[in-house]
Amino acid sequence: MSTDIAPNPQTGVATDIPAGTRVPVSSFVSNLREYGLILALIAIMVFFQLTTGTLFKPVNLSNLVQQNSFIIVMALGMLLVIVSGHIDLSVGSVAGFIGALAAMMMVIWPLGGFFANPLVVAILCLVVGGAIGAAQGYWIAYHRIPSFIVTLAGMLVFRGLCQGLLGGGSSVGPLPDSFKALSSGFLPEVLGTWVLIPPTVNAAGKTVFGSGITLNLTTLLLGIVAVLAYAISGLRARRTREKHGYEAEPFALFVVKTIVISALALFFVYQFAVYRGFPIVLVVMGILVAIFVFITRHTTIGRRVYAMGGNIKAAQLSGIKTERLTLLVFINMGVLSALGGLIIAARLGQAVPAAGLGSELDVIAAVFIGGASAMGGVGQVISTVVGGFIMGVMNNGMSIMGVNVDWQQVVKGLVLLGAVVFDVYNKNKG
Amino acid sequence: MPSYILEMRDITKTFPGVKALSNVNLKVEEGEIHAICGENGAGKSTLMKVLSGVYPSGDYEGQIIYRGQECHFRGIHDSEEKGIVIIHQELALVPMLSIAENIFLGNEHAKFGVIDWGANEKRTRALLKKVGLSEDPNTLITNIGTGKQQLVEIAKALSKEVELLILDEPTASLSEKDSQALLDLLLEFKREGITSIIISHKLNEINRVADHVTVIRDGRTIETLDRSEISEDRIITSMVGRSLEDRYPPRDPKIGEVFFEVKNWSVYHPLHADRQVIKNINLNVRKGEVVGIAGLMGAGRTEFAMSLFGRSYGRKITGEVELHGKPVDVSTVGKAVKQGLAYVTEDRKVFGLNLIEDIKNNITIANLKGVSTNGVINDLRELDVANEYRSKTNIRSPSVYQKTGNLSGGNQQKVVLSKWLFANPEVLILDEPTRGIDVGAKYEIYTIIARLAAEGRAIIVISSEMPELLGISDRIYVMNEGAIVGEMPASEASQEKIMRAIVRGEGKAA
Ligand SMILES: Nc1ncnc2c1ncn2[C@@H]1O[C@H](COP(=O)(O)OP(=O)(O)OP(=O)(O)O)[C@@H](O)[C@H]1O
Ligand SMILES: [Mg+2]
Repeated sequence: MSTDIAPNPQTGVATDIPAGTRVPVSSFVSNLREYGLILALIAIMVFFQLTTGTLFKPVNLSNLVQQNSFIIVMALGMLLVIVSGHIDLSVGSVAGFIGALAAMMMVIWPLGGFFANPLVVAILCLVVGGAIGAAQGYWIAYHRIPSFIVTLAGMLVFRGLCQGLLGGGSSVGPLPDSFKALSSGFLPEVLGTWVLIPPTVNAAGKTVFGSGITLNLTTLLLGIVAVLAYAISGLRARRTREKHGYEAEPFALFVVKTIVISALALFFVYQFAVYRGFPIVLVVMGILVAIFVFITRHTTIGRRVYAMGGNIKAAQLSGIKTERLTLLVFINMGVLSALGGLIIAARLGQAVPAAGLGSELDVIAAVFIGGASAMGGVGQVISTVVGGFIMGVMNNGMSIMGVNVDWQQVVKGLVLLGAVVFDVYNKNKG
Repeated sequence: MPSYILEMRDITKTFPGVKALSNVNLKVEEGEIHAICGENGAGKSTLMKVLSGVYPSGDYEGQIIYRGQECHFRGIHDSEEKGIVIIHQELALVPMLSIAENIFLGNEHAKFGVIDWGANEKRTRALLKKVGLSEDPNTLITNIGTGKQQLVEIAKALSKEVELLILDEPTASLSEKDSQALLDLLLEFKREGITSIIISHKLNEINRVADHVTVIRDGRTIETLDRSEISEDRIITSMVGRSLEDRYPPRDPKIGEVFFEVKNWSVYHPLHADRQVIKNINLNVRKGEVVGIAGLMGAGRTEFAMSLFGRSYGRKITGEVELHGKPVDVSTVGKAVKQGLAYVTEDRKVFGLNLIEDIKNNITIANLKGVSTNGVINDLRELDVANEYRSKTNIRSPSVYQKTGNLSGGNQQKVVLSKWLFANPEVLILDEPTRGIDVGAKYEIYTIIARLAAEGRAIIVISSEMPELLGISDRIYVMNEGAIVGEMPASEASQEKIMRAIVRGEGKAA
């Protein structure tokens, strides 16, 4: 029994805390998987870069983001659903339905005036999404109907409503350009551009596309600010830890980690800056990811979701209102499904009956590749995002390689299985 | 020269960050009852898991020599083949299957994969008779009490032609009577030549049945005591490394006015709406008072406590709860906590802990407000709190980042206790607070109880260990079949008086 007397650094009062126990051993170990996943993503990207030669091209990176952002947006909601011990199969259908609803409001129904504004339509659609989430969550939370069944019903209902709304098999469009900007727009160059190498001008006096290097300053600056903020906040968190007498991870490790991540981030920032800047949808996604990282790591509500997923009975007996929390998780999922639906519609420029069809599977796969547990209680935002990008990069890379869609499915399925098997194997060994 | 059925030599087993066993030696004689004692987290369960192949050969260092042969078990199937059967600390029966199905799970009498239920039932009857159960083999496990479930586990072990039976804290959640029956059974087995290894924190039981006691401390063998050397004090000294003067801390109770009062509390069964589980209970606790609730297993004490605590059990609940003489609303756990109630559950795995989370997150979950501002958790404050309570309750772990699922049973109990201590309750209800806890830690928990009482809180302790109740309470209620059948100041109480109250209560009920 070690009962060395260690002075409490905060109060100066001596409390008997066993010596050598204030090392957050597992904070690094638990992040190990996250790093591994990021490495896997990079390896996959490098692989496709080597085989296709185009993956890292600025224009392709923008495409990649624009094609996959809706999956990641919905995966953020799905992560909380899965962590709380549930599943939501309806997200693809809800996204399709909301896309149809938005298109009807903007194109077919003569709403006029205030409602002609795409932003108003978008907000209305998010509210409807929340209501759909609440309607499903109500049965799951208060009547204890298994989420698998409720959302399976939702999947059928909203796909049907989506098709019904669009009047059978037709598509509705075109959507206004200001709405399409959500998916295909880029951040405006408010600061102008910076011509690094002037583009070559051909005989006809026109610039050759893709020649020269012109940087989008707004994007460059935003990117650099974000990276700096990341590094500084990391450093400050370290400082406070040390000030309170807790050891942080080894300094060398911290430095290497921060430099590697910053360098990677800057590389991508540069790639976007030389093309047309950050896609708007990337910014939306980035903000959402930051919010969800904060919620899951630093808020009481996030902590309660994990507690509920880990052991619902213990959570209830600790005073957590599990019904209300479950409802909130599904409302959140509904809102994010709606946003996903808007992004899909904006990218296609129209609403189609099959919008979002099957995307629930990609979304769920992203969360599980990210290491969430099907039993609930375990899962990380960043890992989920990386999982989403792994799916996205594979879609994108295999399409460029000309792998046909059937085989793409086979490969994605195997990657999902592999990731989960790897997890389970590691857990048993640990 | 005694003949050893089992020798474990220099067993070392490490987990990430923890050396659970280092060079442990154990020698068990043929046909004896060998007890293993040690504090919580000393490594007792780990040692038995090594022996039974739960941790396969290669996962640990050292040798296992069984009947003169070195063994390398790759799983429990290997050890069972040799007649070594372990009954784990936490029972492993499937609640919705029948007794017979559980006994032969994975081991069914079957022809070409088709189960012969007739044969199974007949064998089950024979086995149940051997362990002294008269239950119908088709009874579902959920419908029998813990004591009988423990006996079913033993019957299951017998079905495997056991030669060496390992029991990890078999009596921790059994009533006195059931414990006695179980120990008698072990003695009976001994006469039949079956060797047993038993782990227990109830030293009086060990004193009664053990031929040898091996004491483990901090993952090391301290010594093996002979029958002639075994006494409770001797074991304790060896376990904690010093002698323990008193089992209960001295108290100087300053009891104030009535603080917490329950009036006409009635509860019905959650499934059988016409079955009244709690019958019109009236009870009060004064400021600074420790009130014990005695009773046999199944007396309804846990159901009573849980129904009080935010109606977490039962339905059609009627009655009133008063604090300071004013009625208060405790109809949800949240409200109950806000009013200053806390309930420390008897079932830590099911109701107490999130086993996949670490110690820190478990300690703060019932009082996140205490470590957050506007819904944002202050990480460092939380870490301070977790460390503070970890040392207050003496939780043995490398850090507060240890998953609670990887803690020893007793240390898990301390985490649950810490959680509710941090919630800073006015009225603390403790349900079997020392179940599975070693003597030293028991003393620490009693000290905490005494301190809380001295601070003017009201404390209710539910316990099946009568000496414990007599040792720490100021007043004792006796409960039987959902009703209060007696009340007495602790100074006038005795085990006999409590038993008499129960029997009298039974007479009235009949
Ligand atoms: N799977 C695991 N991973 C990490 N550490 C573990 C694991 N299992 C046990 N431990 C650690 O090994 C040590 C010994 O645990 P063990 O369960 O053997 O104790 P015990 O003597 O049975 O205690 P108790 O009386 O409380 O049941 C403890 O410190 C425990 O935290
Ligand atoms: Mg144990």
